[in-house]
Order: sequence, then C-alpha cells, then structure tokens
Amino acid sequence: MRLSTIGYCLQQGIKNIWRNKLFSLASTATMAACIFMFGVFFCMVQNFQHILREVEEGVGVTVFFQEDTSEDEIREIGEQLRSRAEIREIVYVSADATWEEYKKIYFAEAPELADGFASDNPLANHAHLEIYMKDVALQQDLVDYLSSIEQVRKINRSDKVAEMLTGFNRLVSYVSVAIIGLLLAVAVFLISNTVAIGISVRKEEIGIMRLIGAKNSFIKAPFLTEGITIGLIGAAIPLGVLYYFYNRLILYMATKFDMLTGVLDFLQVNELFRVLAPVGLILGVGIGLFGSAFTIQRHLKV
Amino acid sequence: MIKLDNVVKSYQNGVGAINGISLFIDRGEFVFIVGDSGSGKSTLIKLLLKELEPTEGTIRVNGVNLARMKKRAIPKYRRKIGCVFQDFRLLKDRNVYENVAFAQRVVATPTRQIKKDVPAMLSLVGLAEKYKSFPRQLSGGEQQRVALARALVNSPDILLADEPTGNLDPKTSREIMKLLEEINARGTTVLVVTHDQDIVNTLKKRVVRMQKGIIVGDKKESGYIG
Repeated sequence: MRLSTIGYCLQQGIKNIWRNKLFSLASTATMAACIFMFGVFFCMVQNFQHILREVEEGVGVTVFFQEDTSEDEIREIGEQLRSRAEIREIVYVSADATWEEYKKIYFAEAPELADGFASDNPLANHAHLEIYMKDVALQQDLVDYLSSIEQVRKINRSDKVAEMLTGFNRLVSYVSVAIIGLLLAVAVFLISNTVAIGISVRKEEIGIMRLIGAKNSFIKAPFLTEGITIGLIGAAIPLGVLYYFYNRLILYMATKFDMLTGVLDFLQVNELFRVLAPVGLILGVGIGLFGSAFTIQRHLKV
Repeated sequence: MIKLDNVVKSYQNGVGAINGISLFIDRGEFVFIVGDSGSGKSTLIKLLLKELEPTEGTIRVNGVNLARMKKRAIPKYRRKIGCVFQDFRLLKDRNVYENVAFAQRVVATPTRQIKKDVPAMLSLVGLAEKYKSFPRQLSGGEQQRVALARALVNSPDILLADEPTGNLDPKTSREIMKLLEEINARGTTVLVVTHDQDIVNTLKKRVVRMQKGIIVGDKKESGYIG
C-alpha cells in the first residue's frame, strides 16, 4: 500500500467514527470503563502482591532441635538448607540469645526475677534456626522436609497472615478476571455493532469500490482503523484518569493516614504504569482490532 | 476482446437468466445489447464484471478465461473495465472531484497523478466548472457524466453501461450517448445495455438483441431490432 493510500484509509476510518457518533461514543465509553476497571484491579492486585511480599519477608519458620544436638550440627543443617531455592535467609540463634530475647519480652518489668537463672539458662535446649522464605506458598514443602530431619524436634511456622493475604489476593484476582472478562465481551460486542453499522451505512460505497477494482485490504482498512482508534481512545482516557487519581490517592493516604506508613507501603505510580500503560493500550487496540476484524469477517464478504 | 462460448447462468431457484449464448466483441467496438426486462442483459453485465459465475460455458476477456481467474486477481481485472449504471451510483457525501478521484484512490494512484487526471476527465465530460458540486446539486445528466468520468479516469479497456440513459430525458440521453461515442472513438470498447429505441436507432451501431436469455439477433450498423 502506498503512503497516500494508507493516509486515505486512516482518514476514512476516522470519518466513520464521526459518522456513527453515538455508537462510537458508546463503544469508546464501554471500552474506557473496561480498561478503567482493568486498571483499578491491576493496581489493587499489584499493591496486594507488593504488601504480601513485604509481609512474606517477615514470615518464617523456626526450627528447634533435639537436646543432644550441638551448635555445629545445627549450623551444618543450616548450611545444607541454604541451597534450597525457596529460602531467602537462615539465621542461627543460640540458646543464650534466645534467653536474652525471652527476658526482654517476659521479664521487662521485673528483670530481677530473671537474675535467678543467671547461671542456668532455662532455654538451654532452645538454640534454633530462623528461616525466612522467598515464597511463602512453598512453606509447607519446607516444613515437610524439615520434619524428615532426625535432629529436628519442633517446627514453628508463622504463615497464617501470609496465607490470608494470599487467599485474599487470589479472590481479588478471580473477581477482577470475571468482571474484566464481562466488560471485554461487552466492549467487543459494542465495537462490533459500531463497525457493523458503519458497514451497512457504507454498503453502496463498498459496492462501488468492488466494481472499480478495490483490493480487499483497501475496503477493510477503514473499518479496522475505526475499531483500533476506538480501542486506543477508550484505553488512553482511563489510563490518564487512573494515573492522575492514583497519584492523588497515594498522597492522600500518606498525609491523612500517616500511622499506616510502614504497614501499608503502596507502589509508586511510575512503577505501576511501566506495566499498566503498555498492557492497557495493547488491550484497547487488541479489543478494537478483534471487534472490527470479527465484524468484517461476518458482514463484509469481499 | 470479449468472447462468450455457450454461456449459461441459472440461479439457485433453477430459473435460467442466460440460456446458452455465444458472442464475440472485438477491440474498439461499440455494441448495444437490447431486450425486454428479464431477457438477461443485466446478468450478462454481471458475468462480465465477474460478480456472477456462469453455470456453464466460458467467458474470455482480453484472452483471459474468467473461470480460471483467482479471487485475488479480480480487483486488478475490474480496473480494466469501467462501468456506469442507470442510478449513477455516486457517493452522495462527496463532491464531483472527490467522486472521480475516488476511483483513482481505490487503485492507489499517486495524489499528484490524481490532481492531473481528474480535472482532465471532468473537462472531457463537460463538468470542469462543477467540480465542487455535490451530486444532489446536479441534474440527472450531470450525475451520469460524473459517473462516466469516474468510469473512465483509470483508462479502462472496456466500458460497460447498464441503462445509462434510463433516468434521463431524451435530450440529455442523446448528449450522454454522444459522449459514449467520443469515448469509443478514443479506442475504448463500449458495451451499452439499453431498451431505449430512439438512441439505438440514431447511433446505427452493432445491436445484439436478447430474449429469454438467448441472443435472437446480432446486426452491424443496425437500428433497434424489434
């Protein structure tokens, strides 16, 4: 295709949108709603995952050993565990350090009571390994493995919060996929209708084009342009709106709920949009292209 | 140039529109196809444009067997055939210039060339002054002239005219036919489907008469064959 022909087809596609103003507007609005919802859920899921990662970093497994297990043996077990992919960090905590920590928590108000144990550590058999996970979902595998080690006496796990968050995150993902799927279907349907109307309005013109000797690509191109343009505009508007309001929301949360700082750490807008912007635009263009191509296939036998 | 051998066209309901015709039209000829409604004239035009496929027989245009033509080659083939219709088939939302230019845009003619060809073609059909007018601002005769300009702007080998004077008064009809003669004189083969006896009798060209899907008369330099 010549450049001037491409320009002509693009121009005709834009004119089609203008000719079917109402339907184009409805399609663009639905597309915008669809991409907006997608963006909102994307932001939610990404932030949940971010918070989950933060929580996971603090979640771990504590492994206690049999009475006769020496510090060297425990450290050796720790070294062997270090090669496992799901483990981020392993910390050896001696019996003395465990006692010191215990005192801080339980004898904080009456430290003299603890002095009675000065020469006889009551937690002498409590030297342990603290294991921090890369992925909390793999914690059960690790616990199963640890249980099979002969020297291991007891395993404490603290994955409940993470499990809850993972479950919630999964729920949000499922709901968002369902809603987005529904909206996508509506958007494809509306774009398809808009293009179908465009085709019926231009039936005479298409007939003339055929008689004159227009190639299929020349006849189809304006309708594809129409669908893609609706998709592009329908994606760009909500992305712009989301960018603006997400920024405002973060700022608002930071100023009004400063006690949540450190607990709820939101992703920065640029971090989010590095993925959301191209994905949203590709999604919009893809839906537009699919909707118009599908309709051309059905209504435009060229 | 155009050669039909025992061409039959039956529609799905079994009705035969063309029931076995053989016809040869040479390069540069001017031929009238005449006949009553339902005689198969318009079906013949559609077969030549490859809008329809014959049920039997072969059609050759410029030596090419249309039955063997691949689908993707049809647009290129149609570019060699200009056509005009009784109802003009102009684009109502575009002016005269754009209607004629449209035929060139469709075949990807460079814009520079379009700017040269369209005014020349509008001068030929006597509408140079009205290039900005829209179809609704033109008379029937003027609209048919625009349709002719559009049909000719890509320099086709053949011009098919299906009842080109059907919606025009006698005076305008004569003007259009004069224009068709001029186009023919420039070397384009012209095939006119009509049932306008006056026009046919005036021009004294070859006349092929069809009736119930067959050719019942074929005379050179004839009047209307009744």
